[in-house]
Amino acid sequence: MTTLAQTLSSGRLQSARIAEESAWVRWILIGLALTFLALFLFVPLVAVFHEALKKGWDVYYAAITEPDALAAMRLTLTAAAIAVPLNLIFGIAAAWAIAKFEFRGKNILITLIDLPFSVSPVVAGLIYVLVFGLQGWLGPWLAAHDIQIIFAVPGIVLATIFVTVPFIARELIPLMQAQGTEEEEAAVILGANGWQTLWRVTLPNIKWGLLYGTILCNARAMGEFGAVSVVSGHIRGSTNTLPLHVEILYNEYSFAAAFAVASLLAMLALITLAAKTLVEHRLAKQHQPREINHEH
Amino acid sequence: MSIEISNLSKQFGSFVALDHIHLAIKPGELLALLGPSGSGKTTLLRVIAGLETADSGQVLFNNEDSTSKHVRDRQVGFVFQHYALFRNMTIFENVAFGLRVRPKKHRPTSQEIDQRVTHLLKLVQLDWLADRYPHQLSGGQRQRIALARALAVEPKVLLLDEPFGALDAKVRKELRAWLRKLHDDMHITSIFVTHDQEEALEVADRVVVMNQGRIEQIGTPDEVYEKPANPFIYEFLGHVNLFHGRVQRGRAWIDNIEIHAPEHAEADAFEAIAYVRPHEIEVEREINGEPALAARVVHVLSTGRVVKLELVRNNHQNQDTIQVELSKERFRALQLAKGDKVYIRPRRLDFFPDPANQSLLAS
Repeated sequence: MTTLAQTLSSGRLQSARIAEESAWVRWILIGLALTFLALFLFVPLVAVFHEALKKGWDVYYAAITEPDALAAMRLTLTAAAIAVPLNLIFGIAAAWAIAKFEFRGKNILITLIDLPFSVSPVVAGLIYVLVFGLQGWLGPWLAAHDIQIIFAVPGIVLATIFVTVPFIARELIPLMQAQGTEEEEAAVILGANGWQTLWRVTLPNIKWGLLYGTILCNARAMGEFGAVSVVSGHIRGSTNTLPLHVEILYNEYSFAAAFAVASLLAMLALITLAAKTLVEHRLAKQHQPREINHEH
Repeated sequence: MSIEISNLSKQFGSFVALDHIHLAIKPGELLALLGPSGSGKTTLLRVIAGLETADSGQVLFNNEDSTSKHVRDRQVGFVFQHYALFRNMTIFENVAFGLRVRPKKHRPTSQEIDQRVTHLLKLVQLDWLADRYPHQLSGGQRQRIALARALAVEPKVLLLDEPFGALDAKVRKELRAWLRKLHDDMHITSIFVTHDQEEALEVADRVVVMNQGRIEQIGTPDEVYEKPANPFIYEFLGHVNLFHGRVQRGRAWIDNIEIHAPEHAEADAFEAIAYVRPHEIEVEREINGEPALAARVVHVLSTGRVVKLELVRNNHQNQDTIQVELSKERFRALQLAKGDKVYIRPRRLDFFPDPANQSLLAS
């Protein structure tokens, strides 16, 4: 009986203890996480800008306006400008198909969309070399028709598309699945055609998720190194993207220039982060509609 | 618009959703499709709307085959259980949607759209919510907007899929009466799906009871309630008491009481089950000459106008409780209390062959 009484009297205390860990455990966990973040994320970020500006603004400015750097910038922007819209269309189409229809091979499609996440980017690059390279399957045919893919811009674009495929589709699938098909059905019954349904109902409903996926997709498209490195051939001013340009500069001991170009990518990351946070905020708002429960 | 459904069948994998359905709906009728979940009622509604295609059979609108007609050309209005309002549009734009997406030559001017939408919002008494978004409305308000949206395109047929299923009891009752009134004013051929028998009986002109993809009975609410065609409908339409007995040549017996069963005048002897509704049982304190079943009161529940009794039969292997409803006056006259001995006599019994016994004979 005493145990029962004790249990009852200490019930409140018990439940409090069950609900949360004691203070020092909390502080150790928070401390660990913060130290880790500072050490591995914040310090390198500061270091990038510090190294970039070490020799002054003039060197910094010269490094990022040098023709090869500008060419790398153009190529990076071009690759992203092609890869992101294509993945946007593919992502919407794939997510629509998966979320709103039942068909055979749906699971295979989902697995395929995830493939770029599970394959090392270097392997992805090698696959393209094997398929489109001079010694590859399509190599002789491409050479005969004077089309160059590997060690040229098309290869870089292809590699970029490959590694960024999952971002938009992955973001949209759960969102569209959660929203279901009723609104589209309602639109069609009211007389809307497929195009009107897409533009007036489906896209407005997924716009924030779509933007979120696009931001991530863009960040990855501009930052991709591994796959692009394999197919690029590192031709200065021609097949060098920004990340590859950073590597070349670094290997040539032009540290200040390397960090200056790297700081551009770091800035891209910061802008992405800010945009992502903003969109996440809007997404959360969209998903927690206020309920007003009065009846009139 | 009249609707005729002939020989409609639909399967999902191995599940038979619709099994050779025949149904004729008169112009201006308000019809309820009533059945438990999985009975095929929603599938039937969606096939009529064109949201699902049947495996075989036809749907005729005004005697015109619409089986291959696209959803958007069928001129039906559809109200979803969970409203399906366009979340990114204001209430006004939701209602205006069907008019705005019309091809240019059929599209009303924006002034006409304005008038029409305002009129509809007034009709559903929610014109003051025009600028709000769906998530700012209560469930009952959303469903009324969904109805206004469906009516905006002037449909020839109105289809409602469990329109009040997601609402709480009070709002559901209000909307039910409101829908009936709206239908009386507009006379648009309407079909609504429900699993709530009270709702179907209260609102509809005719009720179609469905079970396992088949139609069990079609009739007015009175017919369906007073003369259920089979045991399934009896058990589905609210509380009933079940008795076991025998039927032979127009007479039936439950234990010692004998009852006329003229509908079975030609029948050879068979084991039967019989259904009695709680308010169709007479309760006496003493035997008054007529044969009656002895029972004992185990529970008394007073609910305002009626008193509900739970009885258990004396000296009987079947100890299932028998539900009886008495008027307050009758209950006072009898002065019953828990444990009292009473005699009961069903005023009316419907006999059906006992399925348990039949299956024994069949095997």
